[in-house]
Amino acid sequence: MNGITHYSQVWSFRSGRARLMLWGGWLALVALFAWCWQVMTRDTIWFFVADAPRQAADIGNRMVPPRWSYMAELWAPLWDTINIATLGTIGGVIMAVPVAFLAARNTTPSAHVLRPAALFIIVTSRSINSLIWALLLVAIIGPGLLAGIVAIALRSIGFVGKLLYEAIEESDARQIEAVTATGASGAQVVSYGIVPQIMPAFWGIAVFRWDINIRESTILGLVGAGGIGLKLQASLNVLAWSQVSVILLLILATVVLSEWVSARMRHAII
Amino acid sequence: MSGAATYPRRWRRPPQIVRDRRWRIALQIAILVYLVLAIGSVEVNWARVHDGLERGQRFAMGFLQPDFTSRWRDISQGLVESLTMTLTSTVVGVAISVPIGIGAARNLAPRGIYYLCRGIIAVSRALQEIIIAIFFVAMFGFGPLAGFLTLSFATIGFISKLLADDIEEIDEAQAEAIRAIGASWWQLVNYAVQPQVMPRLIGLSLYRLDINFRESAVIGIVGAGGIGATLNTAIDRYEYDSAGAVLLIIIVIVMVAEYGSSYLRTFLQ
Repeated sequence: MNGITHYSQVWSFRSGRARLMLWGGWLALVALFAWCWQVMTRDTIWFFVADAPRQAADIGNRMVPPRWSYMAELWAPLWDTINIATLGTIGGVIMAVPVAFLAARNTTPSAHVLRPAALFIIVTSRSINSLIWALLLVAIIGPGLLAGIVAIALRSIGFVGKLLYEAIEESDARQIEAVTATGASGAQVVSYGIVPQIMPAFWGIAVFRWDINIRESTILGLVGAGGIGLKLQASLNVLAWSQVSVILLLILATVVLSEWVSARMRHAII
Repeated sequence: MSGAATYPRRWRRPPQIVRDRRWRIALQIAILVYLVLAIGSVEVNWARVHDGLERGQRFAMGFLQPDFTSRWRDISQGLVESLTMTLTSTVVGVAISVPIGIGAARNLAPRGIYYLCRGIIAVSRALQEIIIAIFFVAMFGFGPLAGFLTLSFATIGFISKLLADDIEEIDEAQAEAIRAIGASWWQLVNYAVQPQVMPRLIGLSLYRLDINFRESAVIGIVGAGGIGATLNTAIDRYEYDSAGAVLLIIIVIVMVAEYGSSYLRTFLQ
């Protein structure tokens, strides 16, 4: 009868302890943010920052109207850019397939040596951006399309390899067992038991990566790896902002188009 | 009788993707023609590549024997810039993304605000980080502040879009229940939407923290501060052992961030 009177009459979302911890967490985050902000802006020249709106207006004025006549010079670099993305994707996928089979738990030949090695390849490739790969390769094999293609390929290994080995691990074990039960060899098990199951995922991943690669290959020229980025760099260096706006619009159109193509293709496959 | 004789004895695997034979052949020819054209247009200076192999070897050696000490001042400064830039831009980006994400959810926002917020998201997602960085460097001068602004801008598009999609997929029954007791719009967001999307928002923020660190290593190349600037300098000076050290640091931090954030996400959910 009188047992429940000590309960709070007002319902609250959290208990007192949880609320205290939540506040503590937020306070710690704010303090960390403030400290980081101080460290980051130690060397900032605030005069330039205050000047930014004027600079922005200035650049905006120079960018319009875009110099459309410059478009004629851009078709060849655009073709190069698309080639970098496509050939790079093909190369990356070819290298990623064996890595994925080595990294998947159910197909790896040795779980203690080759699997960690394959996972290390995947992590290395994923954590280094394609622009950094391009920077390295331009220094090593010289500026040009080849550096761009190799950079895109090396970067794609990690992405394709990771998604593909997850697809292999998720494949239906009963189908593989059925193929094994007929007396198939290891290669036949892979070819008839696993490959048909991961084929849709494989094409989906490849097309998705191609779409990302088109996006990334447009800027590889900034470090000298060929394509439309070279023209962007050249225009930026001479402060030809009206040409920059033409290039940016072309890049935007290419990216939107490639996204549409890849969405249509993935829709058709899956 | 005769029908059984012509029945194929051997099983052939049916094609999976393109089922029509004519289409398949046409597609293969088209791919072949493209490859010939594309590979034909790639000019390779093999002599230069041959020269480069020796340099590549030196780089591989530098990667195996990284030199952390001789450029440690530059490396540590770049690292501090990158890490502070990553944290501040993620915090600011997420803080701005939350209202935009709520505004871009069709079940919470009126039509006008919905289109405005979706427009902001589209602009932020369409442009590459590096291109935005070029503009911010031109406007705000060199240094990590330009990088911070770039990453915040890119974070907005990423978090807002995923948050808005998540809000649109919430369990309507809970929102209905809160609405039925006469809750205002703010109370609806606070008691019906927020508890449902919070775990995912935290997960996304951690994931974006990871992405922002990776991107902070890149935007330094165009002058937006961070470890990318250090790396660029090291490669320009052909100091491959210092470059190897920077790359190893990036790889280790990305790995730690990836495992840490996946651990935190399972812990929080």
